[in-house]
Amino acid sequence: MAAVRVEEVLAAAEEQEAEKRRSVTVEKELELEFDLGNLLALDRNPPAAAGLRGAAPGREAKLRALARDNTQLLVAQLWELPAERAGGAGGPLVARLPEPAFLLPREKPPPRPRPPTRWEQFARLKGIRRRKRTSLVWDEEAKEWRRRWGYRRAGGDPARAWLAEVPEGADPEEDQFARLRREKRERVARNELNRLRNLARAHRAGTAVPAAPLHPTGHQSREELSHVARVARVSTASLGRFQPRLPREPAETLSRNAGKKRRFEPLLGNLAAERSRQLELLRDMGSKKPVLNITRAVNKQLRQEEAEAAAAKGKKQSQRGKRGRRQ
Amino acid sequence: LIYCYRKPKTKRAKRFLEKREPKLKENTKNAMLIKGGNANLTVTEVLKDIYAVKKPFAVLYKKKNITRPFEDQTSLEFFSKKSDCSLFLFGSHNKKRPNNLVIGRMFDYHVLDMIELGVEKFVSLKDVKNSKCPEGTKPMLIFAGDMFDGNEEYRRLKSLLIDFFRGPSVPSIRLAGLEYVLHFTALDGKIYMRSYKVLLKKSGCKIPRIELEEMGPSLDLVMRRTHLASDDLYKLSLKQPKALKPKKKKNISHDVFGTTYGRIHMQKQDLSKLQTRKMKGLKKRPAEKSAEDGGASPKKSKSG
Repeated sequence: MAAVRVEEVLAAAEEQEAEKRRSVTVEKELELEFDLGNLLALDRNPPAAAGLRGAAPGREAKLRALARDNTQLLVAQLWELPAERAGGAGGPLVARLPEPAFLLPREKPPPRPRPPTRWEQFARLKGIRRRKRTSLVWDEEAKEWRRRWGYRRAGGDPARAWLAEVPEGADPEEDQFARLRREKRERVARNELNRLRNLARAHRAGTAVPAAPLHPTGHQSREELSHVARVARVSTASLGRFQPRLPREPAETLSRNAGKKRRFEPLLGNLAAERSRQLELLRDMGSKKPVLNITRAVNKQLRQEEAEAAAAKGKKQSQRGKRGRRQ
Repeated sequence: LIYCYRKPKTKRAKRFLEKREPKLKENTKNAMLIKGGNANLTVTEVLKDIYAVKKPFAVLYKKKNITRPFEDQTSLEFFSKKSDCSLFLFGSHNKKRPNNLVIGRMFDYHVLDMIELGVEKFVSLKDVKNSKCPEGTKPMLIFAGDMFDGNEEYRRLKSLLIDFFRGPSVPSIRLAGLEYVLHFTALDGKIYMRSYKVLLKKSGCKIPRIELEEMGPSLDLVMRRTHLASDDLYKLSLKQPKALKPKKKKNISHDVFGTTYGRIHMQKQDLSKLQTRKMKGLKKRPAEKSAEDGGASPKKSKSG
């Protein structure tokens, strides 16, 4: 008897549980897609057209029922998230949201990393690191801690700078105060110039043009110009074969087999030249003297390296000069 | 601060510019609500209600602006640049397009997508005499209907609406504060937008039972013209910088059952010198040790 009672009680309890669960469960054909980071739910089920196409009040009730079901499912998902009590034991229950999954377009393009300024490059090269400065400096004359810059700064009181010493080799008639003011103005101007140069460099780096050597600059050498002319000639649809030549331009400067590596002599060309070449080859093979003069080769290599180093140094110097002129 | 040929002279100006420059993690998108040259009462009411929903991330322009978004976008782009808003809602009314709303978004201060919607029925916040939820509540968004996935235009509209009504992106949310839900249903070429206040009722179990109360603006919309961004521009706007991607931890793997495996990389070990279990019987006795040392006794004997 008691056993039956227990079973009854258990069954009743289970039914109660199911009853409670029923109030929060919703039946749907297709599962909804959730993006909890955005508090978003997407219902792919086609809405019950019958009820919704009817009159307005019926439609409102149907829409509200649909919304209620969908919201119930979304809230159920949100309640599944790991929750904690914010602000200690008595605070509100707060759920930790995951990252939003639905990809939305950005407002602005992502920031481009800006190239380092001249000082930053130098500091990186030398290993100089940024030292944090204190905001207050001890002022000896005022015997207190004053700010480094700004209102009532240490050593900035203009009444204090009543004396300006004439340095060793300077002109005694020169106005020292005017000189100090002029130098400050020059320093400020130089800093501003460097800041603008850094900005221009960063801007140029962002919009780098790959075909820079082909653009006219005004100071190009003869070889550069002829190279550019050659490239322009070949940049047609028929690779320059039907381009008319200017009145005094030499015809066919380079044959199809131009270049060091892919040059092939024609088969039936100069017979005498071929004969002399073959005899020379046999002579070199037979002789005892080595063909390669090692000392001459080494000297040539050394001279080439020196020339390259000098050219690079000269280019750097000329570039520095050019930067000042060309902005 | 790339475009600053003039350096900002005050800290406030510097903060202002820093807020507007492109960042890794972006600000919440602001919306600008603009009235056209011939906006009527309905459209004005719609704009005011949407402003109330989107406060404080919206700007409502009070004066009428005589522009046509679909013909000329320069004035919209100018406004967007001045007020740093990337979403806009433009309302107008004429005989051919009554109660017209143009909803759109910007990328880099240029128009990305624009969709024209007609308002067929509108119930304002004032007309529904129920209690409202506080300003600035993050709404729950629900989209119902298979049309939101089938049609390309509807898909963009869904993305636009999510962008518009999303609100700030938060890491955690107070569960009792989920009060507002915006429900969009797409049916028969119409889109029904309804807003409800959520009441969390006690149910037997942990999850509360939801009851909804009609609140807030409800709109019946019909899609008119669209001006969608080309695929490559859209893809460009979706591009996320690499720094935001979650970093994968190396040498950790998970299997299907939830077990976490880790890999440890060891140098080559000399297995002969490996210390296994200590067995007391095998411990070297002092006599053996001295024999190994080759006669040198461990204890130094004091001589003399």
